[in-house]
Amino acid sequence: MDEISLLTTAQQTILTPADIQQSDIDRLMGELCATQVDAADIYFQSTRHESWSLEDGIVKEGSFNIEQGAGVRAISGEKTGFAYTDELNVNALLEAAHSARAIARSGQQHSHKVVYPKQPISLYSADDPLLSLPTEDKITLLQRIDRETRALDPRIEQVMVSLVGVHETIVIATHDGLVSGDVRPLIRMNISVIIEQNGRREKGGHGGGARTDYSYFLEQDRAMEYAREALRQADVAMQAEPAPAGNMTVVLGPGWPGILLHEAIGHGLEGDFNRKGTSAFSGRLGEKVASPLCTIVDDGTLEKRRGSLNIDDEGTPTESTVLIENGILKEYMQDTMNARLMGMRPTGNGRRESYSHRPMPRMTNTYMLAGESEPEEIIASVQSGIYARNFGGGQVDITSGKFVFTANEAYLIENGKITKPVKGATLIGNGPDVLTRVSMVGNDLELDSGVGTCGKEGQSVPVGVGQPTMKIDGMTIGGTQV
Amino acid sequence: MSTVNQDTHNTDSQSRKQQQLETLKSIVVDALSEAQNQGATACDASISKSHGFSVTARMGEVETIEHDRNQGLGVTVYIGQKKGNASTSDLSPKAVKETVAAACAIARYATEDPFAGLPDADKLAKQIADLDLCHPWSIEPQQAIDIALQCESTALMYDPAITNSEGATLSTHSGAQVLGNSLGFLEGFWTSNHSVSCCVIGERDGAMQRDYWYTVARDQSDLDSAQSVGVETAKRTLRRLGSRSLSPRQCPVLFVPEVARSLIGNFIGAISGGSLYRKNTFLLDSLGQTVFPEFMRIHQQPLLAKALGSAPCDAEGVATQTHDIVNAGVVNNYVLSSYSARKLGMQTTGNAGGTYNLTVEPGQQDLNQLIKTMNTGFIVLELIGQGVNMMTGDYSRGAAGLWVENGEIAHPVEEVTIAGNLKDIFKQITAVGNDVDYASSIRTGSILVENMVLAGS
Repeated sequence: MDEISLLTTAQQTILTPADIQQSDIDRLMGELCATQVDAADIYFQSTRHESWSLEDGIVKEGSFNIEQGAGVRAISGEKTGFAYTDELNVNALLEAAHSARAIARSGQQHSHKVVYPKQPISLYSADDPLLSLPTEDKITLLQRIDRETRALDPRIEQVMVSLVGVHETIVIATHDGLVSGDVRPLIRMNISVIIEQNGRREKGGHGGGARTDYSYFLEQDRAMEYAREALRQADVAMQAEPAPAGNMTVVLGPGWPGILLHEAIGHGLEGDFNRKGTSAFSGRLGEKVASPLCTIVDDGTLEKRRGSLNIDDEGTPTESTVLIENGILKEYMQDTMNARLMGMRPTGNGRRESYSHRPMPRMTNTYMLAGESEPEEIIASVQSGIYARNFGGGQVDITSGKFVFTANEAYLIENGKITKPVKGATLIGNGPDVLTRVSMVGNDLELDSGVGTCGKEGQSVPVGVGQPTMKIDGMTIGGTQV
Repeated sequence: MSTVNQDTHNTDSQSRKQQQLETLKSIVVDALSEAQNQGATACDASISKSHGFSVTARMGEVETIEHDRNQGLGVTVYIGQKKGNASTSDLSPKAVKETVAAACAIARYATEDPFAGLPDADKLAKQIADLDLCHPWSIEPQQAIDIALQCESTALMYDPAITNSEGATLSTHSGAQVLGNSLGFLEGFWTSNHSVSCCVIGERDGAMQRDYWYTVARDQSDLDSAQSVGVETAKRTLRRLGSRSLSPRQCPVLFVPEVARSLIGNFIGAISGGSLYRKNTFLLDSLGQTVFPEFMRIHQQPLLAKALGSAPCDAEGVATQTHDIVNAGVVNNYVLSSYSARKLGMQTTGNAGGTYNLTVEPGQQDLNQLIKTMNTGFIVLELIGQGVNMMTGDYSRGAAGLWVENGEIAHPVEEVTIAGNLKDIFKQITAVGNDVDYASSIRTGSILVENMVLAGS
């Protein structure tokens, strides 16, 4: 779909049914900017969301929801006024505009002239993924996954499958007259299995997703790949022994373990924390924060990836931003407000969960570029350590820099060889120095399978992570064997 | 913080609230009859509607004012034993009709589930007690800003080591919930929620630490003062300055109330219907089993006036129960909805949507006495990360806190993990403090665990 028609589609989806014309938007913007605001925007959004879930061999339920509304924001210096409405009519929007603009003192009015920016090439189809498969076929797919998964292993007690599709349409109007739009598909599938053996029960889960339609799960046998991977993880857990406690060399596998980067440095490089000076990375641009082997980017422009966007939620085109280059801190991730206040440029990282949430700097797809080592060579270099292959979630305290992530598939490395699996354990470290201890980086960069969701100040957004195999000389493993 | 007198408006606002409830009820009734017209054999519908605002002040200036207005209708329909859900934020008759149609379309495709359905009629709440849960705060944004500014400045001025701030926030919201089903149940009630919170940053030797504190209540007159929240925030931040890690060791661990409630939350998760029927729990078949030491009692009290976790009925309209979940260390009741109860061949406990005011019976000692009792060990002030495997009970989480030696606080601690298995952790609880934190629907004092593995470097 070309640029103009994407915006037109978005406008026709949201504004036309609500009978909101460009002249109404001009009037709203005029009201919003009647006080001394530095910036203002109106964000229209309409979202269709469906989910289907299977357990006990049956598709027990599904849900469908439609949400639409508009968020209105006025910014004056470091102050933000924000209001939203789920009623898409001019009066409700005017009321929201009056509430939002109260943040600024009365003053001169901004001129307002509509400009349609050139939009980037579309990274994904504007088609509605919910309509990409007839309902019968969604049900049949879930039932087939259940049947084929159960046939894989007699120890399987339970199979749970969920299928989620989202079709989101947005139109953004800003104080400087820009009007932009985007239409964003997002699909996700998750499979978990519970196996039982000699009275011990273990669980494994895997899934994937992308900004595309449901046929994605049928291509390359992806759905059953998720099932086999879930089963493999449950099987490894079944053999796991208690994990060690203490400081050890850690080798992280490629792909999803990239949440280390998301937690350890990603959040700390978001513009808002750095403007306020509350991040452990504040004021450190140009400094060495990682080993020279580390180059880390945040890239919102990868085709069809879960964390990708044509434009961010402020209308800024996304880009590939180099955050750390050969160990040197190069740039923060910015939305327009924090970029302006810091005298920097917006990097297309202004994101929001929905019209009822304020935008803030958020990650898109954050990953480390490949290095030169063979993964086998990295393992072989470790006398005694942990190989962590899969992770659950993570969390960071951006002020102290301390972060955790929880390994749910890990092994001991003994004399350069991966030996026995160990139980899940939390790994804890300090963001600003963990990457200075990266001593080897693999040539096997992988991105995750499309399952990441990042939470910040109560707002969830889909993100991606990735990395090659990576060796860290010393992290704390929170096992039980002292 | 009784700065605004609202008594004069009470009668007016009471009747206005009643009127709004009736309007929402009529939408629920329309949704239910529409569902039946479209072929549903049974259905329920619920509406929640809320409004309010929050303001944040940071470094002595207002930073954000956010006005919130949320509404949503959720519809569940059954066609025989097949179930479908749909929801919308648009309450217009057209949207209600479309939402019902979407739910029915899903139900037609879902598989027959013999356990699906509305609650048994005799379990539904017969009368909805007025639990005094709604006390709207007639406060203007400017007054709210003044309170937030006062809170933050108290924290910032408390000590020169407090150097920066994430700000102080005042938030005030009220809302209505209405629930109806095709068994004739139709009830609704109002709730309100107000809070003042603060988070500041301290610095020592180039290392920053932050901590926060807050007050939350249904009625603004029950909030702690903005100054006291500010002072507490500053104290909490200061006590973390100079944190360092510890070498790996086994030691007693004392969970302060804010983190102790997560342990109780883990227990509740493990005895909840969904975990039990999926066998995704380390406490399978634990009814009647001893899970905690004999002195432990965990009591549910859903009908406490003004309490944060109170509700007259659960999310299905089933009457909530005042009962012991744990008595003398033994699991007396699971936490079940109608569906999970049927799957387990049991009766619902009125916990669709969670638990309501769980109280862990307090012991005799306050926090200082517990520290003396522990003698040498680790006080957990904050937990980070997930790190709990509900299937096995394996527990490994990031922590920050205080190291105690010979009954005295030695130094603050960060970048450590604490690990064990929840089955052992529960059995090894040696004391519950009388320092109960009521600002939560899980009300517990500090919890002392005899032995866990701490790792750090």
